[in-house]
Amino acid sequence: MTPQEKAKAYWKENIRYVLILLTIWFLASYGAGIIFKDALNSIRVGGFKLGFWFAQQGSIYVFVILIFVYVRLMNKLDKKYGYDE
Amino acid sequence: MNKTLLIEAVSVQNWTYILVGVTFAIYIGIAIWSRASSTKEFYVAGGGVSPWANGMATAADWMSAASFIGMAGIISFAGYDGAVYLMGWTGGYVLLALLLAPYLRKFGKFTVPDFIGDRYYSDTARIVAVICALLVSFTYVAGQMRGVGIVFSRFLEVDINTGVIIGMLIVLFYAVLGGMKGITYTQVAQYCVLIFAFMVPAIFISIQMTGNPVPQLGFGGELADGSGTYLLDKLDGLSTELGFAEYTEGSKSLIDVFAITLALMVGTAGLPHVIVRFFTVKRVRDARKSAGIALLLIAVLYTTAPAVAVFARTNMIETVSNQPYSDVPQWFKKWETTGLITFTDKNNDGLIQYVADEAQNELVVDRDIMVLANPEIANLPNWVIALVAAGGLAAALSTAAGLLLVISSSVSHDVIKKVYNPNISEKGELIAARISAVGAVCVAGYFGINPPDFVAAVVALAFGLAAASFFPAIVLGIFYKRMNKEGAVAGMVVGIGIMLYYIVKYKFGWLDDTIPNKSEWWFGISPEGFGAVAMVINFIVSITVMKFTKAPPEDVQEIVENIRIPSGAGEASNH
Repeated sequence: MTPQEKAKAYWKENIRYVLILLTIWFLASYGAGIIFKDALNSIRVGGFKLGFWFAQQGSIYVFVILIFVYVRLMNKLDKKYGYDE
Repeated sequence: MNKTLLIEAVSVQNWTYILVGVTFAIYIGIAIWSRASSTKEFYVAGGGVSPWANGMATAADWMSAASFIGMAGIISFAGYDGAVYLMGWTGGYVLLALLLAPYLRKFGKFTVPDFIGDRYYSDTARIVAVICALLVSFTYVAGQMRGVGIVFSRFLEVDINTGVIIGMLIVLFYAVLGGMKGITYTQVAQYCVLIFAFMVPAIFISIQMTGNPVPQLGFGGELADGSGTYLLDKLDGLSTELGFAEYTEGSKSLIDVFAITLALMVGTAGLPHVIVRFFTVKRVRDARKSAGIALLLIAVLYTTAPAVAVFARTNMIETVSNQPYSDVPQWFKKWETTGLITFTDKNNDGLIQYVADEAQNELVVDRDIMVLANPEIANLPNWVIALVAAGGLAAALSTAAGLLLVISSSVSHDVIKKVYNPNISEKGELIAARISAVGAVCVAGYFGINPPDFVAAVVALAFGLAAASFFPAIVLGIFYKRMNKEGAVAGMVVGIGIMLYYIVKYKFGWLDDTIPNKSEWWFGISPEGFGAVAMVINFIVSITVMKFTKAPPEDVQEIVENIRIPSGAGEASNH
């Protein structure tokens, strides 16, 4: 691979990761916490209605996990393409 | 006042003096230890901050007086609708980590206008970015200084203005001496202080009410009174009994909740004082990691706050609703003297009626006191009450310092060095940076002492402006190689213009004789949520204008290709 091709392939994989992770980001917050809140509220976990829990707790946990997953994926990707340092 | 009360009151105050004194001494000590000797140290702490230190500093930088004092109170009155702040002010970090931080770190300059100016090869773009950065930061910092004044006046019984001036002197000391280096390491200490101060009362109250020491779990747990009722069901019941909406339901429309959450998320990712923190780490991978650490540390407070909101609201309703006014506890009287709790016995029955119906409601509680009064309401020890004061000050000071640095570097670096006098020496620029920091502290202090009436309203404006200007310009600059200066400048100008218009018309009511009715809102979206619309408009305008104008020069396209590759960030920062 030429350096240009390598950079292009790296960028493409990066974009794929970002799109997948942002889809989850959207579903956990705007999906579960806002749009489908009322439907999810019929499910109860302990004292929480599930939609309310996603809006005030769950989405935040998902956000934290997403960033650490991204960190891991990108560190691996950097290594694969020799961009790690 | 009888003797026991007097002794109790004095000892809370003494505890406050001790805790505030010790924390301030630590901040000053750190400032002396971390003096800045070059512009690189002043602007980006030398660029060698570890991911953990940067994560802690970012968390303290981000969590302001509003997060610490205000947010749980707002949620306890808004119920489900409070989720807009919880999701909005955390979800933006996902955008920061995935879309902005690594690339801006690779680009490796000192400020956000640096990126905008270089990427769009235009001093016009640079100046537009400087104006946005100043507008956003000044609106924000005024609120912080006011917060410092309020904490001082309530806990140490000094005048609000004296409190503001003490706060100014402390920030002045470490921001001017240490620049970003001093600010970074004081923020690390301030994170520890504020999170300890927030968690200790929350844990105490969670144990009291639900028997569970983890507030996040106590939130969804059963009450400790042996009734087997869940806390949230109890509060839903109490709320509907008094005529309020069910706590776990909201009263805002779905589209407005959606728009506000989006505006706050995108605004968070576009705030210059948060973005610049990622210029201070060594490598691109450190920028990603420290975004994760920052959000983890922020999440500790943000997942506790809604629990505190529920504890405080349930406690308050149970303590005062339908109780004889003559029997109210001491904290009630104390906060009554500050005017933050008011009781008018409309039907002269001697009982406190706290109900949704305005005509019959007799009790007005300022939402800001929910966090400050919470330890007293729950009868916690005096040192815990004093701790809340030290935590509130840490939150306000750390955010104020971060904002002041953005203001001073915008003036000394983006305006003086980059536009007005490019030949200025390193030493001259450092002096200019320190003088601008002093100037910025004075302006912030002035606004703290004479707050404009619209302080609360301008917070919406700060996020809206950041969402409408920086976020699209930076994202397009990284992910769309063909984006040119014509597109970016047009997008920013139109985005900011329409945001200002909407706020002025629908929030301040300056264009009509009164503030227009909610039914006139575009798409049913409030001024707080309009940043989301302005951001979309910015994207559309940028891309449309770009299509009809010529592509950016080769060397700019090379910059874009270069920032997409993580290696080599070390050299990039040394030019």
